[in-house]
Amino acid sequence: MENTIRVLVAKPGLDGHDRGAKVVARALRDAGFEVIYTGIRLTPEQIAEAALQDDVKVVALSLLSGAHNTLFPKVVELLKEKGIKDVLVIGGGVIPDADIPGLKAAGIAEVFTPGTPTSKIVDFIKENVK
Amino acid sequence: MTEEKIGLEKIAEAVEGYEKVVAKATAKFPERKEVEGQRIYTPLDIKDFDYMEKLGFPGEYPFTRGVQPTMYRGRLWTMRAYAGFATAEETNARYKYLLEAGQTGLSVAMDLPTQIGLDSDHELSHGEVGKVGVAIDSLADMEALFEGIPLNKVSTSMTINGPAAVLLAMYVAVAEKQGVKPEQLRGTIQNDILKEYIARGTYIFPPRPSMRLVTDTFEYCSKNIPKWNTISVGAYHIREAGASEVQEIAFAFANAMAYIDAAIKAGQKVDDFAPGISWIFTAGLDFFSEVAKFRAARRLWARIMKERYGATVPKAQMLRVHVHTAGSVLTAQQPLINAIRITWQAMSAVLGGIQSMACCAYDEAIAIPTEESATLALRTQQLLAYESNIANTIDPLAGSYYVESLTDQIEKEAYEYIKKIDEMGGAVAAIEQGYMQQEMARNAFADQRDIETGKRTVIGVNKYVDNKEQAKEQDVLTVDLAVGERQVARLNKMKENRDNAAVKASLEKLRAAAKGTENLMPYLIDAVKTYATLGEICGVLREEFGEFKPSIYY
Repeated sequence: MENTIRVLVAKPGLDGHDRGAKVVARALRDAGFEVIYTGIRLTPEQIAEAALQDDVKVVALSLLSGAHNTLFPKVVELLKEKGIKDVLVIGGGVIPDADIPGLKAAGIAEVFTPGTPTSKIVDFIKENVK
Repeated sequence: MTEEKIGLEKIAEAVEGYEKVVAKATAKFPERKEVEGQRIYTPLDIKDFDYMEKLGFPGEYPFTRGVQPTMYRGRLWTMRAYAGFATAEETNARYKYLLEAGQTGLSVAMDLPTQIGLDSDHELSHGEVGKVGVAIDSLADMEALFEGIPLNKVSTSMTINGPAAVLLAMYVAVAEKQGVKPEQLRGTIQNDILKEYIARGTYIFPPRPSMRLVTDTFEYCSKNIPKWNTISVGAYHIREAGASEVQEIAFAFANAMAYIDAAIKAGQKVDDFAPGISWIFTAGLDFFSEVAKFRAARRLWARIMKERYGATVPKAQMLRVHVHTAGSVLTAQQPLINAIRITWQAMSAVLGGIQSMACCAYDEAIAIPTEESATLALRTQQLLAYESNIANTIDPLAGSYYVESLTDQIEKEAYEYIKKIDEMGGAVAAIEQGYMQQEMARNAFADQRDIETGKRTVIGVNKYVDNKEQAKEQDVLTVDLAVGERQVARLNKMKENRDNAAVKASLEKLRAAAKGTENLMPYLIDAVKTYATLGEICGVLREEFGEFKPSIYY
């Protein structure tokens, strides 16, 4: 099991739309990753702490409420503060194209918007996980 | 042998002949393998059809053809647009614009902190204030939201669940300040907490105290605001979270039956409170199936209310439906084509005989709608109402072999699910066991897989993909973070100007009532009038009721 990639799927903030997060969690599990889905309504602090405790290689954030510009970078910042450097952070949800460059600059490796095949997310993780 | 039977035999023979022709044709042109359902429907598919038993007339039991005798010939459905963002003042301006544009009812979207009973200055509210709806912290915001809008003239639908009783209390208080009596108020609170646990996620308290808040609003409204829809049972959210159209009906019905059982247990009479029950369904892409769904749901609900609960008042047997067209099937790719998807979704709802509707805006897979896209969504309904003539004849698809077969089938399958949930001990038990959640997660995943394998075609996503489509300058509505700061400043200023001793006293009275079994509505109305905040009120209730902690299924 040593080579199994452990992924934390998380929903920061108050958004309850987790159909996408659950579908991605299951697709990643079916693709052979070890997946931890934390459920809805977590603070960035709780997510960073879970990433630390569970020693994950990937944090996949999902948000459809429009609060991504605040909450996604906050998670990256807290991960750094906790000294977690080699974690791949990706995001998804209802995210306008115009926001994507800013999120990438803030340390979100890739942003997956509606219509993305789950296989693309799987491939991205395999290619980019550290 | 009756004449009718001879007729059916002749048709059966003819069908055999047709099948022979088809066998040759399909050898040459194989049928598209992804297509479900029969190739053709004939009188043989509805041979036991009893018109009076299955359909009857509009406005009459079992209401298959509609809940009003004249349907859209008398009055068109209420056209709404779900709107709310930023602060109460900004939303108020949007409402006035929409009313000016011919909208006939308001549909209030509230931000997530409001929906889970937190004030804008709470730690968890950071970044969320005013994002997906308007921020309501206290009666002061509610007053600003409806400033200049006479509440005896509009009907207002509020998408609020966990703290629905508190927001209703605020609405009653605003009306009182306008000089409008409770009995003049028309509108809806969503108030359907059970679907929050399984589909939408804005729960606060555990199921039992939440059910008490629901039944308290039932009782209060049946006595004081008779025209108010005390609950809008959410079939929509269940479907959007992954359920099939049959499960959409069945799970929502099971939830509604749990509220009815709870209200009966609390000593209320079905004929008193059930007329306040309304519904929100979705309208998806499978056109005929959606039309049949509304017809089947009306018939099944009428039968449940009459046969199981002994409801005798027609309004207690009627399934009165608001539709919000399906958002989960809209695409971020080639967003303009969503406008066309939305049009036939709305058509299926009109042909299905619904009472009110809000259409999605075509850009909802990208961001919160702009004024332009929200207006187009409203115009879509107006076009159907005034130019297509589809609303001129009541239930025009009745008698179609196909639509009647589908209606029968959906009704039967939904009832099977309801029986299954009954055997589990009802909706609350089924939710506790994770049954509905697992079914929905499984369907959602299967649906995604079907799109990825191409079994289900989605134009722009897995077929006719526009490779040249690039990040265009999208006109996107953004709500900046300053909104949160402005709202917190408003909240602080309001707190400086209120009588804090009165706030404290009203909250302690509420606490004492929450410990007992009294109806909480009068206490909530007293508390909001002192400008106690939503967060303070829900804070007291959190301390008394506890908070819900979910199990996770995927």
